[in-house]
Amino acid sequence: MKNNANPSFIKTMLAVVWKDLTAELRSREVFSAMLIFALLVVLIFNFALELEAGTRASVTSGVLWVTFTFAGTIGLNRSMAQEKDRGCMDGLLMAPVDRSAIYLGKMIGNLFFMVAVEVVVIPLFSVLYNVNLLKPGLLLVVLLGSIGYSGIGTLLATMSVQTRTRDMLLPILLFPVVIPLVVAAVKASAGYLQALPMADIQPWLTLLIVYDVIFLSVAWMVFDYVVEE
Amino acid sequence: MDGGLFSMMKLKKSLLILDVITILLVASAAGLVFFYAPLEAVMGYVQKVFYFHVSSAWVGMLSFIVAAVAGGVYLKNGQRKWDITSYAAVEIGVLFAIIAIITGSIWARPIWNTWWTWDPRLTTTAIMTLVYVAYLMLRQGIDDPEKRARFGAVYVIIGALSVPLTFMSIRIFRTIHPVVINAPNGTSAAFDMAPKMLLTFLFSLFAFSVLFVTLLWHRVELGKAQDELEQKKLLSND
Amino acid sequence: MIHVRQLIKRFGPKIVLNKMAFDVSQGEFVALIGPNGAGKTTFLRILSSLAKPSIGEVNVAGFHLPGQAASVRQRLGVVSHMPLLYGDLTASENLLFYGRMYDVADLTHRVQEVLQLVGLLHRSGDLVRTFSRGMQQRLAIGRAILHNPDVLLLDEPHTGLDQDACDMLDGVLRDVAVSGRTVVMTSHDFVRAQNLASRFDVLSRGRIVASIPANKLSPDGLQAFYRESLEQA
Repeated sequence: MKNNANPSFIKTMLAVVWKDLTAELRSREVFSAMLIFALLVVLIFNFALELEAGTRASVTSGVLWVTFTFAGTIGLNRSMAQEKDRGCMDGLLMAPVDRSAIYLGKMIGNLFFMVAVEVVVIPLFSVLYNVNLLKPGLLLVVLLGSIGYSGIGTLLATMSVQTRTRDMLLPILLFPVVIPLVVAAVKASAGYLQALPMADIQPWLTLLIVYDVIFLSVAWMVFDYVVEE
Repeated sequence: MDGGLFSMMKLKKSLLILDVITILLVASAAGLVFFYAPLEAVMGYVQKVFYFHVSSAWVGMLSFIVAAVAGGVYLKNGQRKWDITSYAAVEIGVLFAIIAIITGSIWARPIWNTWWTWDPRLTTTAIMTLVYVAYLMLRQGIDDPEKRARFGAVYVIIGALSVPLTFMSIRIFRTIHPVVINAPNGTSAAFDMAPKMLLTFLFSLFAFSVLFVTLLWHRVELGKAQDELEQKKLLSND
Repeated sequence: MIHVRQLIKRFGPKIVLNKMAFDVSQGEFVALIGPNGAGKTTFLRILSSLAKPSIGEVNVAGFHLPGQAASVRQRLGVVSHMPLLYGDLTASENLLFYGRMYDVADLTHRVQEVLQLVGLLHRSGDLVRTFSRGMQQRLAIGRAILHNPDVLLLDEPHTGLDQDACDMLDGVLRDVAVSGRTVVMTSHDFVRAQNLASRFDVLSRGRIVASIPANKLSPDGLQAFYRESLEQA
């Protein structure tokens, strides 16, 4: 019988991304759940913190990142639950492909969902509270933060869907280890919002990049251990 | 048992000796703290909590490093004893981290006039404790012992990498926590230690480190015994 | 084609497969039967490279497991009681995706061909979510044979199907999937297994305790043989 060569790393990764995006474009399940959740979080903060003109300058970036962090866990849980539902995870693992390509594909898919939500929330937030969030520096911070978040989140969600408590466990595992990322992202965003000098923002940007590099490479290396049996 | 009863007896004996040494060390540390170290001029008696407070925090941190290293070794070679060691270290770590937080609060109340402040070290210790607890919850949610060990090892490594970053991220804020060693001159928060205090402090650190090793050893032996028991139960079921 | 010696699989202290030996030559269709908990699913998961053997030699299609897993995976198709399909993708999208994961040559054409073979060409643009269990299972067979594997593993493929769906599934299996391939199937349905298999192996407590060619048995004979071999074990 004719046997084929094993697909390349990039091809596998793109196939996984294509699969997640196609399914999502059709059902819009993950996106709509994340977006509605994000909007509700913003709404609740509005009343809880009374985001008035005087206070909001200092809390805006905090509210923004809490919103992204919470909405992010919904997306991660949904995206991994889909792999478990009809046993698809087994299907992926039986394919003759590099497993870190599967990880990276899932991670990029999750990053897309997160960025898609941010693309809606950030302009909306700007309009609702009359602050301009559309600054290149801030958008860079949002991207760096989202990369680290989906990087570590994809790994931990892969673990948590395999436990008895399933989606309940993800925030408990994820939040304590993303604290440095969230702190750095909040501080860097606030720095750009308040137009602080670059010297004040730089340490936070560095921390974000260090976090992204460390956790993406570690997740990449250990992913095999959380899917094998 | 191919290890032989003899080696186990020998192990038990050395562990017993270590037990005695540990008890003597911790008792002498307590003795030094109360009878040898001079009374701190400003803070008074409450400063004495500091010796065991820092030692506990040190053990809490040491446990994390040991747990992560053992976890890494487990992922490499898959031997059960490394998982048991990693798990044992986390259990000890969570205990000492909580002791450190409580003793810290006892100290902070009269000195900083608050039970809690969002200082980098305090906050990091609290977050470290949360990572430990998340680790324990993760293990509880998995039935297959091998998967439990693998997931635990992965998570404890992730945690051990993130905790120093957490510390750095909070450190960039100003801190009011006393910097004990190598305090820059003129830092109001630092206090100079008299030689007797320093000796007591270093001795406490040493005593607690030995205590950590002893507890870890006991816990690993217990873990191995649990493993054996589980195995026998399963075999008798068949 | 499949060669297993001294295979031990343990979950923690629990031994699921106990020094198991198992052989299948090219073109054989072996049905693995045995009580629940005998280790059937675990064994198939090891053959399909999803689980690693604790100790022992496992050789599939000329390659060792787990060392040469990638080569084994390329030559292996699996149908489990879960369809392993994405509900929010159409039938053809599912096959396209898996085809890319196996780097199947001339993929669009092959997908059409496979859909035709399993009788789902008219539903190729419909979401798998809307398919009945039987149709999902047929598509699962299509997914498993997409890359022309030498070895096919079937893990309780009839679970959750009604009689008609089972008949249809058996038809597809016989006509399309099995021919020329080496097959291992686990099943509780003796009658259906007897229509397909060329050999029966009885698995009990983690090892093969008896084996018999299918043509030597009447339908009742298989039941008797099964009980007898379990009692002797």
